[in-house]
Amino acid sequence: MKRQSLLQQYAAIAIFAVAFLAVGFAVRNSYYQLMMTLVLIWATMGLGWNMLSGYSGLISFGHAAFFGLGAYTVTIAFVKFGITPWIGVPLGTIVGMIAGVLIGIPTFRLRGHYFALAMLAYPLAMLYVFEWLGYQEVSLPMKRENPAAYMQFNDQRAYMVITMVVVVICMIISLHVERSRFGRSLLAIKQNLPAAEAAGINAARWRMYAMMLSAAMAAAAGGIYAVILLVVTPLTVFGALTSAQALIVTLFGGVGTFWGPIIGSAILIPLAETLHAELGHILPGIQGVVYGVAIIVIILVAPDGIYWKVRDRIMARRTLPPLPEPTPAVETASIAADTPRPAFGAPILELDDVSRAFGGLKAVEGVTLSVPEGTIYGIIGPNGAGKTTLFNVLNGFLTADRGTMRFAGQEIGKLKPHEVCARGVGRTFQVVRSFPRMTVLENVVIGAFVGSKTDDEAERLAMEALARVGMADHQAHMLAGGLTTRQLRLMELARALAPKPRLLLLDETLAGLGQNELDDVLPVIRRVNREGVTIVIIEHTMHAMVRLADHFSVLDHGRLIASGAPADVTRNPAVIEAYLGKKWMDRAKDQVA
Amino acid sequence: MDELKWLLVDFFQAMAAGLLVGGTYGLMCVGLGIIFGVMRVVNFAHGDFMMLGMYAAFYLVTGFGTLAFLGPYVAPIVGALLAGPIVFVIGWLLHKYLISQVTGARVMSAEAEGHYAQIILTLGIALVLANGGLILFGSTPVSVQTPLSRESWEIGLIFFNQARAIGFIIAILCAIGLYLFLTRTNLGKALRAAADNPIAAAYVGIDVDRSHRIAFGLGVGITAVAGGLIAISQSFQPYIGFDFVIVMYAGVVLGGMGSILGAFWGGLTIGLVQQMSTLVLPYQLQNTAIFVVFLIIVFFRPQGMFGRVWERT
Repeated sequence: MKRQSLLQQYAAIAIFAVAFLAVGFAVRNSYYQLMMTLVLIWATMGLGWNMLSGYSGLISFGHAAFFGLGAYTVTIAFVKFGITPWIGVPLGTIVGMIAGVLIGIPTFRLRGHYFALAMLAYPLAMLYVFEWLGYQEVSLPMKRENPAAYMQFNDQRAYMVITMVVVVICMIISLHVERSRFGRSLLAIKQNLPAAEAAGINAARWRMYAMMLSAAMAAAAGGIYAVILLVVTPLTVFGALTSAQALIVTLFGGVGTFWGPIIGSAILIPLAETLHAELGHILPGIQGVVYGVAIIVIILVAPDGIYWKVRDRIMARRTLPPLPEPTPAVETASIAADTPRPAFGAPILELDDVSRAFGGLKAVEGVTLSVPEGTIYGIIGPNGAGKTTLFNVLNGFLTADRGTMRFAGQEIGKLKPHEVCARGVGRTFQVVRSFPRMTVLENVVIGAFVGSKTDDEAERLAMEALARVGMADHQAHMLAGGLTTRQLRLMELARALAPKPRLLLLDETLAGLGQNELDDVLPVIRRVNREGVTIVIIEHTMHAMVRLADHFSVLDHGRLIASGAPADVTRNPAVIEAYLGKKWMDRAKDQVA
Repeated sequence: MDELKWLLVDFFQAMAAGLLVGGTYGLMCVGLGIIFGVMRVVNFAHGDFMMLGMYAAFYLVTGFGTLAFLGPYVAPIVGALLAGPIVFVIGWLLHKYLISQVTGARVMSAEAEGHYAQIILTLGIALVLANGGLILFGSTPVSVQTPLSRESWEIGLIFFNQARAIGFIIAILCAIGLYLFLTRTNLGKALRAAADNPIAAAYVGIDVDRSHRIAFGLGVGITAVAGGLIAISQSFQPYIGFDFVIVMYAGVVLGGMGSILGAFWGGLTIGLVQQMSTLVLPYQLQNTAIFVVFLIIVFFRPQGMFGRVWERT
């Protein structure tokens, strides 16, 4: 099905290109032809913006930096060195790509607001630098002899064809990015960065690739813009409106799909241009007002853009009402419960004196523990005991201030989250971190990327993992956003299991589950363990843990205060009296007995 | 020796200019700081609200001659101060009908998605205000005419432009007034509580949407006053907002996003950087100097001088 729709998309792109050019050639008025070419230029710019911001969710207000560099590369190469735009435009694209890398390296360290603001600063800084360098207004000289060699044509339609070629290239690149693990990784990063990193996605690398492609597209758009308009000023190419326009056409048309910039550009550019031509002399800012109103309306009415709104309408008409909540797949889970357990092996995870403080707060202090392979190792402690911090240190979200951590004999203290994952350590989160707009299967496929070479293999691994948690039925195709807590926990477990880890870190997986749900989830965890996966699970309550863990460690104020067999720990008077409270003494006795 | 003396004079002159400009920048940043602090919203339209403040002051003083009876010295100052309430109302209404749709209690949980909508919406408002301003006010640069901008006080060898000096004093007074409001009144305390921890504030019964609406109105109103003060010493046109947005964010980030009073010191520092960069850099690059400082802060100390790190996994 996937392959087929890829062909369909190619056909759609071809139909679009031919139809657009057909209209362009039919139009006799060269002003309208120029406008149609501008539609394509801004579509290219929008495709560039969408590549980074639409797919990965990092909003850039600075794509004018790349657009401007592309435009000025073409112009300066032409004016100073006599280099034809046929070479200048590709050259500008490369310059843009390099700028993308140089800007990306420092800027990707920033998140959210800071990223958006820092990106805003680049083009504005460049604007003043180019003004200062004396490039206030540079025009491309007309070539009388052999103008075609310098990308100069009398016929506007020639420019339209050239720009269309660029747009189609950008669309095809975008299509393939969307369909591959590249695009899916970006989408995972966009929807939940920590979950993506913990699932083995190398966020830094994918983002950098996205930035390079994105900057290259924006620079190409800028280069062609210079060729067509023949005059370049810092304000028109580096100005804030240029960055804004990239974002506006994309958001209006549809964010996160390559059709978005095309739709947005095709509607907004002619609208704004026409209004400007008709009313510009009385209402000089009408263009900007149109753009402003367009995005205000779109963000309130259809926050993801026209494409998604229309698509959701069509889909809603086509699809059947959602299936009722399925009965839990207990059959698969119950088989394994009586399988004999393998003997515990050598320590697979060893922590020695691991500490981590936040300012004066010692969240984890001198924790030393050793987890034998094959066990279910429970760590309990009240809220704020440092349990989640310990996991965050273990899987690389945080670095330890002190101490060593060894997994399967190798030091993992310096590794990044995706590297820890690649070594065979999976984790889940206290608050389930799903990718809410993906299906269950797609969620799990994200986790499977790290353990697979090809995308098909990833899908196979994901289905296997879903089978292990009993969700390999129609649940696999439900959207993660609509799942119950139990299903979310199981899905997250499957995502962590997909790359076949040797060690699973479960962060309060049992929290918030009722008795019936526990009866579904506990056998799954036991079975996964019987299949050879070592499990470290943290919880703040005991009652479910005593049914599961082979070994208890108790964490309080960042320190381990007790460790041993569950029966011993739960009877340890210090633990009970000072920490768990009397209530638990009775409860734990009941459970153990 | 003489050369050294003039070098020092230049230095102190630039420093004085930076300090005077920085005072109004500081006030401007406080306005933005309140909005970011309380609402965690990056308000892209902030520079354009400042522009509205400038035009409000301009029309109050010159356009309709309403304040002409106050004379050329007092009228500009009263005009700047009156710009505050006018823009407060505009901000209050815009928040009530537009911005509250994508902020506040209803999106508090949907963090990343929420930011997206907020940034885009305020960008849309910025475009409408700037270009609507172009339609309403025209593109010719104007300024609030007053003899103050041509006169200076001379202390030693250093000149203090009177318009800027008075702007500085008023800005400091406004900032002090705001400080008293935030620390002494219940409403001010509620706003600070909402800034410190919006979710906890909601739990203890602070009406988050109302705090946001007041914070937004107050934030743009204060910046409008700063705009009115700048309008005395500098000409402006409807697009001026874009130039100031970065200046303001640089100040706020420097002071520490979320720290309202830190924003004042941040803005003051940015003013100093801008004016003192002219000692070593060409005049055209003074804004580039601000951007560079801004990027350096963002990279090395994103929590700013007074901010805290509150990220959690």
